[in-house]
Parts: sequence; structure tokens; C-alpha cells
Amino acid sequence: MAEGVKPRVKVPKTATAGEAITIKTLISHQMESGQRKDSDGNAIPRSIINRFVVDFNGENVLDVTLEPAISTNPYFEFEATVPESGEFHFTWYDDDGSVYETTEPITVG
Amino acid sequence: MSFTRRQSLALGLGTAAAVALPFRPALAAVEDDIAAFTGGAEVGSGGVTLTAPEIAENGNTVPIEVSAPGAASILVLAAGNPNPGVATFNFGPLAASQTASTRIRLAGTQDVVAIAKMADGSFASDRKEVKVTIGGCGG
Amino acid sequence: MNRMSAPGLSAATAIAVVTGLAAPAFGGPDDDELIINGDTTIITEAPAPDHMEYISTIYSGWRFRTDETQALEEDDFDNPAMLAVDAALEAFDTVEGDAGESCASCHGDVESFAGLTAHMPKVGEDGNLVVMEDLINECRTDRMQTEAWKWSGDDMQSMVALIGLQSRGMTMDVAIDGPAAPFWQQGKDMYYTRYGQLELSCANCHEDNWGNMIRADHLSQGQINGFPTYRLKQAKLISKHNRFRGCIRDTRAETFAEGSDEFRALELYVASRGNGLSVETPAVRQ
Repeated sequence: MAEGVKPRVKVPKTATAGEAITIKTLISHQMESGQRKDSDGNAIPRSIINRFVVDFNGENVLDVTLEPAISTNPYFEFEATVPESGEFHFTWYDDDGSVYETTEPITVG
Repeated sequence: MSFTRRQSLALGLGTAAAVALPFRPALAAVEDDIAAFTGGAEVGSGGVTLTAPEIAENGNTVPIEVSAPGAASILVLAAGNPNPGVATFNFGPLAASQTASTRIRLAGTQDVVAIAKMADGSFASDRKEVKVTIGGCGG
Repeated sequence: MNRMSAPGLSAATAIAVVTGLAAPAFGGPDDDELIINGDTTIITEAPAPDHMEYISTIYSGWRFRTDETQALEEDDFDNPAMLAVDAALEAFDTVEGDAGESCASCHGDVESFAGLTAHMPKVGEDGNLVVMEDLINECRTDRMQTEAWKWSGDDMQSMVALIGLQSRGMTMDVAIDGPAAPFWQQGKDMYYTRYGQLELSCANCHEDNWGNMIRADHLSQGQINGFPTYRLKQAKLISKHNRFRGCIRDTRAETFAEGSDEFRALELYVASRGNGLSVETPAVRQ
């Protein structure tokens, strides 16, 4: 597992049923592109997060395929519909097989 | 091994040309990526909007937004990068809009392309040129 | 724009003239206001402190950046430096070393550092000029009995940023008189010394030519109130001394070392040129 990978997500605490809410996510990751060389001239192998998935109560919101052209510390902003109270589930998949997950609850009042 | 000044200059020019090359023939790769996404279907215009800065202060972190109301997915390509692929956004049933923002790497001044696959199976594209400033102390 | 220029046509002036000011939209600083998270107002423009002879108004480097770069600093969630600050907050509470102490063991809440960065660098009780990195490493080696951090390493600069964040929005006010005076004079002398094969001083770019383009770069006044700053180029927090080193290297000179007495003195002098601006770390720059 890449070292020190930490996700940050921003989800409103509450919403009304069916409301469109804005979600922002950020995760610390070098996103080594495979294009760079080290000081000895050897290619540094690619090591990136290649997929990012957001679900709410088991239903999909967004599923992103990432290529090496995504910047260091991948950032996404998007909108989700919240039909009822529940939990957002965020998952990042690393080239090295690691999976980083976090969840965020939201209350529909 | 030693070089005369003239030889060194020639070497330097050759290196510069070799370095410049990868930014040119990426077009074929872009066409391939588009074909893989569309299955060879015709790509129209309108229906998808790509927002990107006209000038990026650093190519390492360029903010972009794609938006295509009703789209199932949006493919983003950077036509002048060594590999054109950037990202594919697939929108699920709970996406409130088919809009997403991210930050991307651009190897130099080039076109960024967004291609949306609409719900009816048709395709639409938009492209924006982003000038990437290189040089100076901050570049 | 209200400014005076230093005497003499410098090499930097010549470069700026030759390469031309390609983008007409550029010029001086823009008129944007920086309010972070909608509630923290940052002073990005202030009357120059009395000791500055050739500049009448000082500006944060933020005012010289494009709207897209500026936006990254306007909301802490959008600011990628906050990932490093989060990591530092965790380190702050982590016990390390033979003494079995964490930062929090002595200092409690990190908020207790509010105000400190606004007065750094300063002269310590032993008569030496100390910067934040010195204070942190002194705690680590003496009190925690663990290894010192590398000057520009991620651990160190994340902690410098975390402590600086506690003073964000407060006005920079470093002392330049009394015991600080000789260090300040040393830093000032360095600021006006031409270094390297290009024979450029700090002043040639950041005093004579701020607002102009140096090739594709919109020159700021070289303020350090936003450091450590997240530079898009390196995609991580960059220390003040690393930036000094980069500037001097670009003049094609042998540079001073990070953590050298020379750079401590230069840090004090450059910080004093920002007296009146807000502490802005962790800023975001190109």
C-alpha cells in the first residue's frame, strides 16, 4: 500500500428528500505517471489510483476511471441526489491492489 | 569523450527535436481512444460542455469541468499528452447531474477533448485549447 | 499602480524587455479580495513598512496569480495543502522518541500556537536568530529525544504549515530592531547582492520588476507570508529556504544551504518586507 494515503470528503450533514447536493473529494496520492525518470535515468514505474466509485445506500452515483493525467492528490466534485437518509460510500482503487474506503452519513429531514 | 562546441550545439538541437516529437503524433492515439469509446459511431457537437482555463499557470494542476445533461458517461482526453487518456466519468442513477470537476496534467499547450455518450446511444464532443505556460522561475 | 523604481537598469529589466510582455492582461496585481472559507479575510495589500525605500504598497503573491490558482486557496477543502496539515495534526498527537512525549504532551491544543508565526523569525534567549523549523527540531531532539526532521521534508513543512495556520489572518509583525538588527541588516545586504552568472539580486526581480513577466512567469514581490506554500509545480508544500535556494540557483549561482545562517537572516529580512500583510500559510501558488 502506498504510504500515507488519506481521503478527505465533504458531504452536507443534512438534506431534503430528492435534493441535489454537492460532494467534494480529495485523496493524498502521488499519482506517479510512469513518464518520469529518477536521477539515474531509469523510468519510475506507474503507480496511480485507477478507479474511484461513489455509492449511496448501495446504489451508484459516480464511477470514474482515472489515467496518469489526473493530478497528484486526485480531486473530484460532483452532484448526488439523496432520496432518503443513509450513507455515502467512497472507494479508491490503487494500481498496487490497495483499496481506500471511507463513508459519510447524511440525514434527510 | 569530448565534444567541440559545434558538435555540442548539434547534439543539443537533436535532443530538442527528439524531446519535441512526442507532442506531435499523439493524434492517432486520440483517434484510437475515441473509436474505442464510441465504437466508431459518429460524434456530433452540442450537448456536452468542457470548461477549462484559457491559460494554465502550471500544467501539473489544471482544473476542468465536464457537463452533459442526460449523458451516461463522459470521456476526457488530452490530445497533446504522451498518453491522451485523462478520465472516464460514468454517471449512476443517483447522480443529480451529469457534471463533474477534477484537476489534470497537461504536458504543454494543447486541446483537451470531452466526448459524451448520451442516454440514446449518440455521441457529442467539445474541445478547448489550454495554453500551458512553461518557463520563468515559477514554470 | 503606485510604485517607485530602484535606480539602474538591471539585467532582469533587460530580460523582461527582450522577452516582451506577451499577455496584455497581466500588469500589476489584480483587484481580487481573498476571503478564505467565506469567513477569514486575508490582507493582501498594505502600505509598505517604513524601512522599505523603493516600494510604497506591498501585495501578497496571491494577487499575481490567475483566477484558477487563486480559487484553490479560497476554500480549505479545495486547498491540497490541507492534506499535509491533516497529516501534521496527527503527528502533533503522536508520541515519538525516548522521552515518550508528543507535541501535544507539552503544548496541548495546537491552537495554543495562535500568533507565534506572525512574529517569526525572532531572536532567541541565547542570542541566535531562530525560525520555526529550529523551534520544531529543538523540541524533537531535546524534549522528545527523537531525530530531527529534514528542513524541507514533508514532515517538517507540514508541521510548519499547521503551526502557521493557527495565525492565519493575523498581521505579520516581525521585530527588526534591538537584538534582531544585525541579522536584519545581514539579510538586507543579501537581498541587494547580485548573485550568480546572471548577476541578479532578489531586488532585481521582486523590487524592480514585480508585476512584469519574466518569460512566462508573472513576477510577484516575493513575499513569504504564504509559506510553506503548496506549489503546483512540485504538488507539495515548499519551504521558504527551498524557494530562496531555487531563486539563487536560477541566477546560476552556488546557493546557500537550507537551514544556513545566511538563509535565516534573509528570511527575517524578507518577512519584514511583509509586515502588514496577513499570515497566509498554507497558500497555493503556481
